[in-house]
Amino acid sequence: MIDWSLVIFTFVKVVVVFACVMLCVAYLTWIERKVIGHIQIRVGPMYAGWHGLLQPIADGIKLFFKEDIIPRNANKFLFILAPTLSIIPALMTFAVIPFGDYTTFFGLLKNPEPMRIAELNVGILYIFALAGLGSYGVVFGGWSANNKYALMGALRGSAQMISYELALTLSVIGVIMISGSLNLVEIVNAQKNVWNVVYQPVAFIMYLICGIAELNRTPFDMPEAESELVAGFHADYSSMKFAMFFMAEYANMITVASLATTLFLGGWHGPFLPPLVWFMIKVFILIFFFIWVRATYPRVRFDQLMKLGWKVMVPIALANIFVTGLVMMLLN
Amino acid sequence: MSEQKKYMTLNMGPQHPATHGVLKVILELEGEVIHRAIPVIGHLHRGVEKLGESKTYIQNIVYTDRLDYTSAMINNLAYCLAVEKLMNIEVPERAKVIRVIMSELSRIAAHLIWLATHALDIGAMTLYFYCFREREKILDMWEMVSGQRLTPSYIRIGGLLADLPEGFMDKLKEFVDTFDAHVDEYDKLLSKNPIWLARTKDIGIISAEDAISWGLTGPALRGSGVKFDYRKAQPYCGYEEYEFDVPVGSKGDNYDRYLVRMEELRQSNRILKQAIKRLPEGPIKAHVPEIVFPDKDLVLKNIEALIHQFKIGCGGFTVPKGEVYASVENAKGELGFYIVSDGSSMPYRFRIKSSCFVNLSALPEIVKGSMIADVVAVIGSIDIVLGEIDR
Repeated sequence: MIDWSLVIFTFVKVVVVFACVMLCVAYLTWIERKVIGHIQIRVGPMYAGWHGLLQPIADGIKLFFKEDIIPRNANKFLFILAPTLSIIPALMTFAVIPFGDYTTFFGLLKNPEPMRIAELNVGILYIFALAGLGSYGVVFGGWSANNKYALMGALRGSAQMISYELALTLSVIGVIMISGSLNLVEIVNAQKNVWNVVYQPVAFIMYLICGIAELNRTPFDMPEAESELVAGFHADYSSMKFAMFFMAEYANMITVASLATTLFLGGWHGPFLPPLVWFMIKVFILIFFFIWVRATYPRVRFDQLMKLGWKVMVPIALANIFVTGLVMMLLN
Repeated sequence: MSEQKKYMTLNMGPQHPATHGVLKVILELEGEVIHRAIPVIGHLHRGVEKLGESKTYIQNIVYTDRLDYTSAMINNLAYCLAVEKLMNIEVPERAKVIRVIMSELSRIAAHLIWLATHALDIGAMTLYFYCFREREKILDMWEMVSGQRLTPSYIRIGGLLADLPEGFMDKLKEFVDTFDAHVDEYDKLLSKNPIWLARTKDIGIISAEDAISWGLTGPALRGSGVKFDYRKAQPYCGYEEYEFDVPVGSKGDNYDRYLVRMEELRQSNRILKQAIKRLPEGPIKAHVPEIVFPDKDLVLKNIEALIHQFKIGCGGFTVPKGEVYASVENAKGELGFYIVSDGSSMPYRFRIKSSCFVNLSALPEIVKGSMIADVVAVIGSIDIVLGEIDR
């Protein structure tokens, strides 16, 4: 017997989360342009709406009506598949992210509903698995276009994502050891009194660095590197396919920030304000940090990036796991 | 039978965001490592040198603006110095000091573009806007004196286009007073940034011997530790009377060239400060009526002056037979003009010695064995402008 109320509730939640994420993605482009604009003594978008507030919508409409170009020698199937492969995993990660605790929506519901779509007992693994899938989008996109710049971008992208995924995963193991669970909700609940960032400061910094690398953002934007590879893996994309790569990038940014909030910054916990608001505040502080870094730092070179990943990040992550284990054993 | 190694060929440019114009570099790659780099030039060829042979000496000034368009005033100066040398004209003191002011402003303007684009090529995009904020002030000043921002043609044979307008000195003083602080600001953003150091230190090395044998000039040469500056070696416009240092590097890598140019920004500002104090009153044109335009207010009132202006404007003036070479220290290196006169009002031969062209020729040697990202960094570091390379 199917529990119809559960199906309907889940469906509604999926739609709401999807809509909110897409809205956030759209307005993240606006936020990024505004923040970088003001850092660079400019004002950013001003014309579409009040202080350019309608700019994301204008961009969306523009991209939607652009000519969709597929290069003659491209592998058509993979060329179309690549942006899809980028955006679907990026959106799927939001299924397990806990935005808040139980809520009755101001008394509208009789039984409190959890503010998350699904509670998975292997939540972290699920997110990392999807992040791994997302790198196929970069690889296929760069390879299928039959363009040397795109190919170089794809090669860099795959190498970078694989190496940094390793460091990223290793950096959160300390958190998992402390909370003793892979379930994101339980991890958040374990941080009710003290945030994990206090226990795991090294892991938090490493998570942020590897997260930026995983997102392909400056200073680690190797696959795109506009001054070297022009636009890298998405050089030949236009119209909505290009937009999908972009949306995937921004959605991933929200995912990385949300995951950092969940794992290290106590998730929705915080005094006075409602849980969802706390969650959003933490996420947007991290996103501001990512944008700030982009506006400040130059880009590292590809081989330096790999060196940093394998020779610095992975050993530190392993040492962190070892030290965490040792301390936990001694305290018990 | 030997197995031939296969390399991937990558055409970098001519439409590439980081080749500073329409430069094309054919890269033979082994993975990301460069096996061979071949610069291909000529996409911006306008035939300036040939055109110069069919234009009068005055008309040629406007072509010099378009050589290194980031520092147009120095180009004007180099050309005018060559013609003045040929005609044996001595320029009044006030004009000389203003010429120094203008050349140092051009040097700063050019170095600001270099810093902006060099940082942008390496990925630090914010500095770009900070540099352009300062450059904007210089362009405003140029607009004040000549009505043009990019192609002022302000320095003329025998003097200047016109005297400094009212309010110019105040603007200049304000710029000079604030500029050092701005250079410190750029310094803070880059000089100790670990990523910047990783991208510039020990990359793009050219030794002093190599630099000399390639014939490099300007900051690219001084970065390798050779103390050579035309302002010191062969002073013009009274540069010998100013106090300034010639910064040199030690290793000849990107970082040394970066430091040299950063210091040159400060030294140029130092020269500007001295020039402001030194600026005397007096005429701004040499008293050689057959080549120098009469004052504009006279032209508007006096029929003889009108005819005088018309005569020089249409027919130009004749230059005694002979040949001459004069060069100045441009922001990029030596900019020289070689002019052969057959006694008519147009040059018989008009050749330009461009430092960018020479400096670029060393690129294949410098980038051999480095990575793609380094090509971009080195092109930014040797600082080329295609307008001067292709002419």
